[in-house]
Amino acid sequence: MTRILFAIIVLIFAVGDASARSFTDSAGRKVELPEKVTRVLAAGPPASAAIYALAPDKLVGWINDFPPAARPFIAQPYADLPAHGRLTGRGNTANTEIVLKLKPDLIVDVGSIDATYASLADRIQEQTGVPYILIDGAFLKSAQMLRELGDAIDASPRAIALAAYTESTLNELKAKIEGLPQDKRPRVYYGRGPAGLETGLATSVNLEVLDAVGANNVAAAAGKGGLTNVSLEQILAWAPDVIIAQDRNFYARVLKDPQWQGVPALRQKRVYRAPDTPWGWFDSPPGINRLIGVRWLTAILYPEQAAADLRSETREFYKLFYHVELSDAQIDELLKDATSPK
Amino acid sequence: MKGLALAALAALVVVIAALCVGKYLISPADVFGVIWARITGGPLTADPTADIIIFNIRLPRILAALLVGAALAAAGATFQGMFRNPLVSPDILGVSAGASLGAILGIFTSQTVWVIQAMAFVGGLFTVALVMAIGAAVRRHDAILVLVLVGIAVETLLGSAISLIKILADPYNQLPAITYWLLGSLTAINRADLLSILIPIAIGVVPLYLLRWRLNLLTLSEDEARALGVDTRKLRLLFIVCATLITSAAVSVSGIIGWVGLLIPHMARFLVGPDFSRLLPASLLLGGGYLVLVDTLARTIAGIEVPLGILTAVIGAPFFLWLLATRERGWQ
Repeated sequence: MTRILFAIIVLIFAVGDASARSFTDSAGRKVELPEKVTRVLAAGPPASAAIYALAPDKLVGWINDFPPAARPFIAQPYADLPAHGRLTGRGNTANTEIVLKLKPDLIVDVGSIDATYASLADRIQEQTGVPYILIDGAFLKSAQMLRELGDAIDASPRAIALAAYTESTLNELKAKIEGLPQDKRPRVYYGRGPAGLETGLATSVNLEVLDAVGANNVAAAAGKGGLTNVSLEQILAWAPDVIIAQDRNFYARVLKDPQWQGVPALRQKRVYRAPDTPWGWFDSPPGINRLIGVRWLTAILYPEQAAADLRSETREFYKLFYHVELSDAQIDELLKDATSPK
Repeated sequence: MKGLALAALAALVVVIAALCVGKYLISPADVFGVIWARITGGPLTADPTADIIIFNIRLPRILAALLVGAALAAAGATFQGMFRNPLVSPDILGVSAGASLGAILGIFTSQTVWVIQAMAFVGGLFTVALVMAIGAAVRRHDAILVLVLVGIAVETLLGSAISLIKILADPYNQLPAITYWLLGSLTAINRADLLSILIPIAIGVVPLYLLRWRLNLLTLSEDEARALGVDTRKLRLLFIVCATLITSAAVSVSGIIGWVGLLIPHMARFLVGPDFSRLLPASLLLGGGYLVLVDTLARTIAGIEVPLGILTAVIGAPFFLWLLATRERGWQ
């Protein structure tokens, strides 16, 4: 009798073991994942975008509600998922009880990896009992990130397809710009905020995509670091060939404001606004949304090299990653300020 | 004694109410069912998530709010008495600025949460030690005035270092974390944090409590105290060390929470009068209860967490003005 009981206990534990799998995340943390992952909570915007692209049915909510202009670019019914706030580190605004109310099997964060985030992840995991993984979100590792995330959330077939798209995007880019001499690589100023006087220094994550496409950030001359404010006089001294605006107000203003007309970019009519629906093409958030930005930047920065059709590329990307079939009017709306200034 | 009993009752009511409310709905019956199951080791009747919510999330936060609120209020009462000034808050000698700089350096250099908290704690202690050392070296003016002025100067200096780091910090990851830390929050509190602040707070509060009647002597002028045969310098040093220890420990896990240390001693004074032997226990109880109340609002009024520093001011300032306008008993 005891032997049978023992056998049953062993069996129970064996079954218990098989129903979990071990996953090593980018911070080197070993996390036990449930066998079937059906409800995934994103800790920050880059994770939201990646999970939505891979497995929208598994996403339990967004970080913030979408502004009305962005909603048509997210497939129904996902645009109506609840907003739960950011979870760790990046201004921990999520309410832990709301997180548990959404009953996630897994929490995922995609972004930069360091000891602060690893220990915050350990805390939330301990507090909630929900496994929490961190995946490196560096732009050039996007394909790897998608595959690892796909493995973790049970969406490998989609992950392999999207990773292949990512790799071919980066390879095509490489083929176009490889061996291009420095004087053919435009000097770009990226202006953030309504006044456009905020920009990123040499190692800023905001300009990661500009580095990836091999253009020169004029503000790199001011040193390494994150975002910084600069003066118009400084921008005139840098004399950028191209200006990329993040903010609609700045874009409208820079075209008219006489003070800016001395910048070479305006004389050459090379001022563009990065599309921002549903997510930014250039930097906000720093996620897979920047992949279409690579195709867009290649087209506007290297017009001689790029013989691509940006409209069909946009259509393809939105269908593949965002599950929406864009109308011609929507594509016009996206590309209006992004391709040729008025 | 009536005032103290009232403060204790208020704190108890707030704690019980705080256990029962949250964004995850658990009925009060289930809350006590879960607690009863833990005490007796009996089977869980309610949904198992309720157990996690109560014991991993609500209870550690409530206990942390009690401790941090009590610590800040006790430190505030001590400093107000010692400096004979009702406008003094626990950060008068730069403890908050020092703790902020420590924590922000920790966030900036991507340390683990534990190291960030330790850096905040050490930063607070170190700053007050620096202020005291400079204050002791400057002997040309009134000792208390010098301390306050040195505190302001050092705080300003550290404030500019904090601003510099904010400018240099990574805007996606570090800057929001820094901003949030400076506004105070108890979101990520766990049981280990509770233990790590309980020890220094106890080390600071126990001598304050045992010697609380002596603080009345410090509220006398230096000459009067000397006439009574009290060494005010030693006594003042002891009180400053204790109050700094508990403030540093509290802010190391919570971040900067303004107003509690300034407001609560006034409320306590309205309730029990200025005698420090009753003012200190009243401040401890009211401070703990007040922060539990504010933290409960922080986690329930909106879908996201509202930083505590915002709420303590929004609730505290109007209430303070009302007290000031309607009550007569107070400082004297």
